[in-house]
Amino acid sequence: MKLAFKLAYRNLIGAGLRTWLNVIVLSFSFVVIIWLKGVMTGWDHQAKTDMTNWEIGGGQYWHEAYDPYDPFTLTESHAPLPAEFLPEVAAGEMEPVLITQGSIFPEGRMMQVIVRGINPEQTIFQLPTSVLDSATDAIPAIIGSMMAKTSRLKTGDYVTLRWRDANGTFDATDILICGIFNASVPAIDAGQVYIALDKLQEMMLLPGEATIVTFRSSNVPRQETAGWVLKTREELTRQVDEMIKTKSAGQSILYGILLLLAMLAIFDTQVLSIFRRQKEIGTYIALGYTRQQVVGLFTVEGSMHAVLAAFVAAAYGLPFLAWQAKAGWTMPVDTSEFGMAIAQTLYPVYSLGLVISTVAIVTVTTTIVSYLPSRKIARMNPTDALRGKLQ
Amino acid sequence: MENKSIISISRLIKRFPMGKDEFTALRDISLTFTEGEFAGLIGPSGSGKTTLLNIIGSLDVPTEGEALVLGRSIGKLTTREAARLRKENIGFIFQSYNLLAVHTVYENVEFPLLLLNIPSAGRHKMVMDALEWVGLTDKVRSKPPQLSGGQCQRVAIARAMVKKPSLVLADEPTANLDADNSHHILQTMETLNRELKTTFIFATHDDKVISYLHRKIFLLDGRVDKDEIIRSNKR
Ligand SMILES: Nc1ncnc2c1ncn2[C@@H]1O[C@H](COP(=O)(O)OP(=O)(O)OP(=O)(O)O)[C@@H](O)[C@H]1O
Ligand SMILES: [Mg+2]
Repeated sequence: MKLAFKLAYRNLIGAGLRTWLNVIVLSFSFVVIIWLKGVMTGWDHQAKTDMTNWEIGGGQYWHEAYDPYDPFTLTESHAPLPAEFLPEVAAGEMEPVLITQGSIFPEGRMMQVIVRGINPEQTIFQLPTSVLDSATDAIPAIIGSMMAKTSRLKTGDYVTLRWRDANGTFDATDILICGIFNASVPAIDAGQVYIALDKLQEMMLLPGEATIVTFRSSNVPRQETAGWVLKTREELTRQVDEMIKTKSAGQSILYGILLLLAMLAIFDTQVLSIFRRQKEIGTYIALGYTRQQVVGLFTVEGSMHAVLAAFVAAAYGLPFLAWQAKAGWTMPVDTSEFGMAIAQTLYPVYSLGLVISTVAIVTVTTTIVSYLPSRKIARMNPTDALRGKLQ
Repeated sequence: MENKSIISISRLIKRFPMGKDEFTALRDISLTFTEGEFAGLIGPSGSGKTTLLNIIGSLDVPTEGEALVLGRSIGKLTTREAARLRKENIGFIFQSYNLLAVHTVYENVEFPLLLLNIPSAGRHKMVMDALEWVGLTDKVRSKPPQLSGGQCQRVAIARAMVKKPSLVLADEPTANLDADNSHHILQTMETLNRELKTTFIFATHDDKVISYLHRKIFLLDGRVDKDEIIRSNKR
């Protein structure tokens, strides 16, 4: 076996350009697959971290009637905080948010919005809520950059907000945009307007009530409470995993094509070399190899492309991948229009398992592809092979 | 002292399938070779020289009859046993040299020793000795494409001889060489035959080769036509 590796190595290096072309194509597959998967993992991490920091904290309690996909539930989905929440709320470890529907009228257009009342002193979310406390002539509000774009509102703009209070009575007032934040979590940006919690409670005639309550730490065990549904961080981020899975499935096609190209090149090389090297095959047999051993030699030779490719990939791939992990990959298009949790710059995250499994998959595939045409040798007649008789 | 027989062929018949029919390439061959012979199978094209040599070399099997080579019956060997017989006891020399083009002269000659798992210390000396026999110690690092035909054939001889096999089979070894080179390699083989007691069997119709032979076996249409012993190689 050691001899087969030695011979295979000499034969490959001896074959020169053809070997290197195959090796470069293969090494490309290594780097691209690892990089793409790294980007996906990085995206998954980033999306979950962003969700944690901007939207869900360590998990949430939802009012039992609350359904984020159905704004009409909002009229029903609010209740006073359960007594057992109060100490944590006071300590800032839990933050109640009251949510309602409303309309704003930027530049005279009407726009449906979700109004969120949030404690200006909260520290669970990265939202710049402290400005909601400012003393101004209108109600201070903040919006996200996506919302700013669609509504064409800027910091310092006044806009009319209309809402219905708990009794169903319409009312309207002006709000002042005091801040625009940048988050890559569409759910808390698009169509959302934030004002101070006590202000909204007052406007809604719902003092002390909330729709969702977010807690900071996911490590504290939580119990269900009557009227409220516990949503753990895992449940809330599951959709991210699903989204990544869907995206990854699309990418698998890309890996498939890349691998297919590389494998076609290797297969072709194998078929050609078995055809062209009949005399050499005959010589190996005359020198004392069995045909099976020659099959082994040619298989090793083919699969060694993958080994060489791994080294070549390491030579240019490691610096590239490391640089990417540090500098990140900035998407050439504006990601805020994707409608999903994706940052403009993604930082790929690679795991040892990812590298090992990629190398293993590529090597095994290459070996199989090298073996298939080599089986032909086992059926060759050594005397015909020696004569180089075409078959 | 009588030399012992290393090859004994009796009533050997070889047929090849040819479409629906069969073609008989060797008809009823019976021959015995003793250790240290320098013999040649001589005959016109198609007379069966290569076929017989291939059977002796365990690359092919008899259709009928028996070929005993170094005590082993060629027709009854498994492919593994046949490979082992070739690996340990038989050296081949081909008309077109059949060197491994991407390997150096040294590596080509080393190859049979690698197959035999000879430790590297002994291997180096054996390779250098073999290259010395054929006068190519200065070409160790060259690759076959950089050598002349005569030099290539000398590498092939070194490769066949390096493991000091009992038997060397040479199929038209001079067919691609000019007269000077032919004489050179024939002298080399004659010397090795004398000094190492290696049995040489040629397949040839080249007069230069024939003039060196100690035994001439004339084949015609797959039969032994004449078997002449020119010089006894007993000393
Ligand atoms: N594999 C085969 N299938 C069919 N016929 C074959 C095969 N090998 C050899 N023959 C036939 O057997 C006969 C003897 O062939 P062989 O190669 O032994 O001749 P040779 O004496 O070596 O001739 P040459 O001097 O041309 O090399 C030829 O007629 C050849 O066509
Ligand atoms: Mg012939």
